[in-house]
Amino acid sequence: MVTLQDELVRTVVYEHPKALTEVPTHYCPGCTHGIAHRLVAEVIDELDIREHTVVVVPVGCAVFAYDYFNLDGVEAPHGRAPAMATGIKRSLRDRIVFTYQGDGDLAAIGTAEIIHAAARGENITTVFINNAIYGMTGGQMAPTTLPGQQTTSSPRGRDIRLAGNPLRITELLAQIDGTCYAVRRSLHSVREIRRAKKALMTAFRTQVNGLGFSIVELLSSCPTNWGITPPDSLKWIEDNMVPFYPLNDFKVSDSVLTMESGA
Amino acid sequence: MTAQLMKGNVAIAEAAVRAGLQAYFGYPITPQTELLEHLAMRMVELDRVFVQAESEVAAINMVYGAACAGVRTMTSSSSPGVSLMQEGFSYIAASEIPCVIVDMMRGGPGLGNIQPSQGDYFQVTRSAGHGDYRPIVLGPASVQEAIDLTILAFDLADKYRHLVFVVGDGLIGQMMEPAVMPEMRPIRPHPDWAVDGAVGRPKRIITSLNLTTEGCEQANKRIQARLQIIRENEQRSAEYDTEDARILIIGYGTAGRVAQSSVKMARQMGLPVGLLRPITLWPFPEDRLRSLVDNGVEAILVVEMNAGQMIEDVRLVVGRDVPVELHGRMGGAVPLPDDIVEQVQEIAAQIGLTRASVV
Repeated sequence: MVTLQDELVRTVVYEHPKALTEVPTHYCPGCTHGIAHRLVAEVIDELDIREHTVVVVPVGCAVFAYDYFNLDGVEAPHGRAPAMATGIKRSLRDRIVFTYQGDGDLAAIGTAEIIHAAARGENITTVFINNAIYGMTGGQMAPTTLPGQQTTSSPRGRDIRLAGNPLRITELLAQIDGTCYAVRRSLHSVREIRRAKKALMTAFRTQVNGLGFSIVELLSSCPTNWGITPPDSLKWIEDNMVPFYPLNDFKVSDSVLTMESGA
Repeated sequence: MTAQLMKGNVAIAEAAVRAGLQAYFGYPITPQTELLEHLAMRMVELDRVFVQAESEVAAINMVYGAACAGVRTMTSSSSPGVSLMQEGFSYIAASEIPCVIVDMMRGGPGLGNIQPSQGDYFQVTRSAGHGDYRPIVLGPASVQEAIDLTILAFDLADKYRHLVFVVGDGLIGQMMEPAVMPEMRPIRPHPDWAVDGAVGRPKRIITSLNLTTEGCEQANKRIQARLQIIRENEQRSAEYDTEDARILIIGYGTAGRVAQSSVKMARQMGLPVGLLRPITLWPFPEDRLRSLVDNGVEAILVVEMNAGQMIEDVRLVVGRDVPVELHGRMGGAVPLPDDIVEQVQEIAAQIGLTRASVV
């Protein structure tokens, strides 16, 4: 007779993704990088592409992501991940290649590389972590820093007359013909995390099906550099970032829609 | 195989294809654009990779990616574009992976002009980016040599897992000469360090990040040890009339080729002049230079198309033993054989060589 206890023991309710290593991350308490890594790893496991995937990591807090993903990986110069990914993907057409980049890496120093990777319709996937600040260098203003937001290089708050306006890069990339899938999600609540995973699944499937460039922007927390607690930082995303960076599908190409409808 | 009339840039491009080039990434810039144009046709025809990048910065990082993926890869540019690529060179050197870069140098600094120059000697033979390393640099003086050295560049890059430059100028790149193209080589297999998907094996990482002092110093020592092996084994040079030379002209590429005419003219005047033409700019052919000075060379004239860059390497080897003078032209000017001979005559007088004393 199977007891309730046996049943519980046999039912896997939680598993370490095969696409993640057992290495503890260096991320700060309350940082959402860990959640983003796990979601990507789950998607890779579910698509059963771990041995065929190469990750291109950025300069920034995620510079050590190659230690955490159980994948072949390279570490790109600051902002150049889409160019390196292009070199890898073109050379290994049957491999899955994705970049994992922060807002400084992708939306400041790497704008040319990301825009032209999209314009060429490179069949790669980009996971874009937007936490509105430079994390690794200690909290400077990013291209995505909100108007009025205090950082160490905008100590009186971002003055748009001096520092210009934040860049909504995913909306911008959605305008490019080569982009097949460009959406923004957030990691501030369980509901949004579930939606984020679905978007990542669509983005990787877009590449697996050879459709073209896909990007998922994830609004993320940086309690350390924002100077607030982890719970408050999740609320800060919801209250301040989401109104400025709406959680929308900015582009879902017909080819992706067809793929999603299972046709 | 019969010789065909070929333009330098096209010859280098086709030689790269024959050497098994699998992925090319570049950006148009004069005077190397025919190289990119030839590959735009040939690589696609052969179902290999050709991408015209959005910048030289992107091009070298695409090369970096392709090199990590384990394929034979290269880019080509000219001086201002090579300046932009310095970031990528440094990362590639730190990652200890092979690639080939062609630099068809032009007059600088700045936008300068598109005339022949050797103003990049420092930029390519020193570090070509931040940190401690030197790329292997090959300097052809003819279309045939450009073909041969392009093939060699790929082999050396693989052998030492290092960057190899082939440097020329508009004259080498645009000139047409008869040359023989080698047969097509098979594509080489992926090396056992390539990041090409962890199928049935532990994952591999290629990174230039080395946060600990010990780790970073170890990585540097490993690179320096390898450079020392290159320095001991890969010095190459060509010579003309050096057997009894008492005045030695040193010049590479276009300058070396012009200087060869000067040697002939000086010999007709009865002056014991010879030419040492470095083929590897790094490693500089210091052993051969040392032995020539030990065997009777009394004075040296370095001919360069710059304000005097290679002359520093010459002085490092023999600067304490013999006088070393410069014949330098800048801004895209090519030295003239007569002008070089004139300076050779002055040097001959200074060291007490007259036609009579020689005969």
